[in-house]
Amino acid sequence: MNSRPKSISISVCMGTGGIAAGGAEVMEAFEEALAHLGLAAELREKCTAHKVGCRGFCARDVLVDVVLDGQRTTYECVQADMVPRLVEEHIVGGVPVEQWLAGPDYEAFHAGQTKVVLSDCGSIDPEEIDAYLAVDGYTAIQKVLGEMLPEEVITKIKDSGLRGRGGAGFPTGLKWSFAAMAKGNEKYIICNADEGDPGAFMDRSIVEGNPHALIEGMSIAGYAIGANLGYVYIRAEYPLAVQRLAHAIEQARAREFLGKNIRNAGFDFDIQIKQGAGAFVCGEETALIASIEGGRGMPRPKPPFPAHRGLWGKPTIINNVETLANLPYIIRKGSEWFASLGSEKSKGTKVFALTGKVCNTGLIEVPMGIALKEIIYGIGGGIEGGRQFKAVQTGGPSGGCIPAELLDTPVDYESLAQVGAIMGSGGMVVMDEDNCMVEMARYFLHFTQEESCGKCVPCRVGTKRMLEILERIVAGQGEAGDLELLLDLGEDIKAASLCGLGQTAPNPVISTIRYFRDEYDAHIVHKRCPAGVCKALFEYQVVEPLCKLCGLCVRKCPVGAIEGGKKKLAKIKDRKCVKCGICIEVCPFDAITQIDIHETAEV
Amino acid sequence: MEAGRVFKITINGQAVEARADDTILKAAQREGIHIPTLCYHRQLSPYGGCRVCVVSVEGIPRLVASCTMPVTDGMQVRTDSEQIRKIRSTVVELILSNHPKDCMVCEQSGRCELQDLAYEFGLSHIRFKGEVSVHEIENQNPVLERDYNKCILCGRCVRMCDEIQGVGAVDFSKRGFRAKIATAYDGVLDCEFCGNCIGACPVGALTGKPSRFKGRPWEVRKVKTVCNYCGCGCSIMVNVKGGEVVRVTPVEDGGINEGMLCVKGKFGFEYINHEDRLKTPLVKKNGAFVEASWDEALDVVAANLGRIKKKYGSDSIGGLCSAKCSSEDNYLFQKFMRTAIGTNSVDHCARY
Repeated sequence: MNSRPKSISISVCMGTGGIAAGGAEVMEAFEEALAHLGLAAELREKCTAHKVGCRGFCARDVLVDVVLDGQRTTYECVQADMVPRLVEEHIVGGVPVEQWLAGPDYEAFHAGQTKVVLSDCGSIDPEEIDAYLAVDGYTAIQKVLGEMLPEEVITKIKDSGLRGRGGAGFPTGLKWSFAAMAKGNEKYIICNADEGDPGAFMDRSIVEGNPHALIEGMSIAGYAIGANLGYVYIRAEYPLAVQRLAHAIEQARAREFLGKNIRNAGFDFDIQIKQGAGAFVCGEETALIASIEGGRGMPRPKPPFPAHRGLWGKPTIINNVETLANLPYIIRKGSEWFASLGSEKSKGTKVFALTGKVCNTGLIEVPMGIALKEIIYGIGGGIEGGRQFKAVQTGGPSGGCIPAELLDTPVDYESLAQVGAIMGSGGMVVMDEDNCMVEMARYFLHFTQEESCGKCVPCRVGTKRMLEILERIVAGQGEAGDLELLLDLGEDIKAASLCGLGQTAPNPVISTIRYFRDEYDAHIVHKRCPAGVCKALFEYQVVEPLCKLCGLCVRKCPVGAIEGGKKKLAKIKDRKCVKCGICIEVCPFDAITQIDIHETAEV
Repeated sequence: MEAGRVFKITINGQAVEARADDTILKAAQREGIHIPTLCYHRQLSPYGGCRVCVVSVEGIPRLVASCTMPVTDGMQVRTDSEQIRKIRSTVVELILSNHPKDCMVCEQSGRCELQDLAYEFGLSHIRFKGEVSVHEIENQNPVLERDYNKCILCGRCVRMCDEIQGVGAVDFSKRGFRAKIATAYDGVLDCEFCGNCIGACPVGALTGKPSRFKGRPWEVRKVKTVCNYCGCGCSIMVNVKGGEVVRVTPVEDGGINEGMLCVKGKFGFEYINHEDRLKTPLVKKNGAFVEASWDEALDVVAANLGRIKKKYGSDSIGGLCSAKCSSEDNYLFQKFMRTAIGTNSVDHCARY
């Protein structure tokens, strides 16, 4: 093909993940190349390179779409130095660069997904309101303001079956009806964007990728309950999301989608951004309110519920990002359509941050009710390196671990709770045989203990005592009775804690004892870590017949724990060794092995 | 809006009439039904942090803190069950696992609410071992000692300082097990030193330095009187041991001060037994004060006052009395000035 294309559109993934993988440099390289060839000048507005939000398949960032005369080609793992060849061979030469094309994994990753809330995320430029308007953006709020009464909006959301995506799964329309009925003229909508689960990036990706959907959703919610002001409580650790949201709010104001008398419909609504200071507990709604009011982020008992007495003592609705960003799509396509997706009690889709030992990590959106197995082996492409699946953790640090025998469990609020996990806000961490479940429970409990606000005793002291027992177990100092004490205390903490943080903090421990008790027993009784993770329970040894006296391990050991040298047998000094594993990695002869300490003790 | 309404609820099967603005705890207390508490303080906003006062309510799957849970009409409450007892006991046990076991020298022993709960639940053995918080004792002031090693983070001092005293000198700081009560940026305590936080503290974390090791609660005789430092007329309870004032505590249920005191009323009692205090009258002779008998001193005063009154009239004499004298002394002094001297020119350092 010799004729040059008449229109060129390049989309570069520039969510936080895309930028970290080099998205900004890739973008710049495309712009330079197109300018250099004179294509930009020649085709003008028909030659564009634009940024898009997270496209989901973060494992293959930077993802780039090259659209020539309407024909889309997707490349994966693109780096800036690959751009000249892409431009030369594909854009100028008309032949796609085969070896860099997104492959079957990309297809498989997307095949099992159903995109609602993410449908425009990753395809539109999040910094251009016109891009959102081009995909019917802001038609939902215009429909609501022009054709519907507030109670009709609430009924529509009730009919859709939408439940809170922050984790608890409370029916959104029902929650709104409480605030709508509450007395008072001053009411508030708060968007909870204080996403704090380790490894979770659902809400960040939505705000970075399609901030206008959130703004539109908040406006719809504001109209439904009678609020004229909304707050977005967002983590300060999300600078790009904050920047894009602030930019989008400015644009929405300029186009009269926010502000006084929106689109001449007689409804005032505006949004303020409040940046959080990094406390996980501020994801809890009453703590979040306290933080907006300028107080310390500490939860208070409910009732009164925020729908009756919330921010500044006024009726307040708090919904998370994903819940709110679903609203424009429900209004546009109808509640029947939304209710047709998902399972009987959990309607619609759910976004997950799929991470851990799965081949295809990234941001996914699946219909509710899909089996865990389909996510992990279908979308996720199975376990890396062909290793054995061990467990999947849902619901972040407050969630539970689900073992292989329960992989048919459907992903919905009730089914996950039944197996001792929770839906949570969408964290999904896959673990394989190399993960120690005891250490995993210790890690999550360490997180929740550090993030406990300290207000109530069970959470502040109880999780600390549980953590200390786990620390002893992974250090080989577990005792008979430890598991019984953990379970007993864990149940008391769940029953007695003030807020959701304490009420769920013991979940990772309780669920791993339930499904992986043999691993705990191995640590406590046999002082053995079956996964070989707990450093106190193994040592490295040089296998003398295999050692070729090369001295490489001696040179590479970062703490000087290996004696010997060239032509001298290596010897590991246990006291100095920090068990980093570098010696095992570098030894060309596999002459260093990891052995359990109880074996050395027996010898 | 519904404050005047009466709700019919049941507590442990017993029919109870509750006010619409009651919490479960308040309704129970009015009926004399015991629910243990720790972070609750009758003068402060409900907090719901300690979880000792949990009860079960028909129709609510979780246990609720009775100190924060508002009553609703027809509510059925149980204040006791095996699970409730176990939760309360575990909570107190957890607090004790991070609390010094030095009750034998603790100022609060005998009136310590934690000690009482440990006794109530028979907690002679603590199942949990582990890290114990270590804090330096804060006492860079003459009157108030803050030993946060004993603090149970009930937040009563924080609420007292903020809600009643309106000062906000302390608040929560840090998170998780390291959470503590602190001044801003851990600076030196900068407050009015009213000491009302001491009264609010259920344990021995906050104590008055002038009273340390001077007397156990059960050793003192409590004498109700009126503070004479100023014209407010606060009711106070003077704690006396062996003829010595060792502590001043507020009168909890009475007085215009409703249990609050200021720095003077709370801590200003050391002058009573101070070694520098005059114990005999002094009469100036040849330009210098010398000790004299009471008769001699009174003769000098009477002779001089009589002479001046006769020569210049009653209003040539004025009297000034002191807050360091008792209320009774002050009363007699003004009576003396008005009747014996015949003047209204009498005043007091506190102007009452």
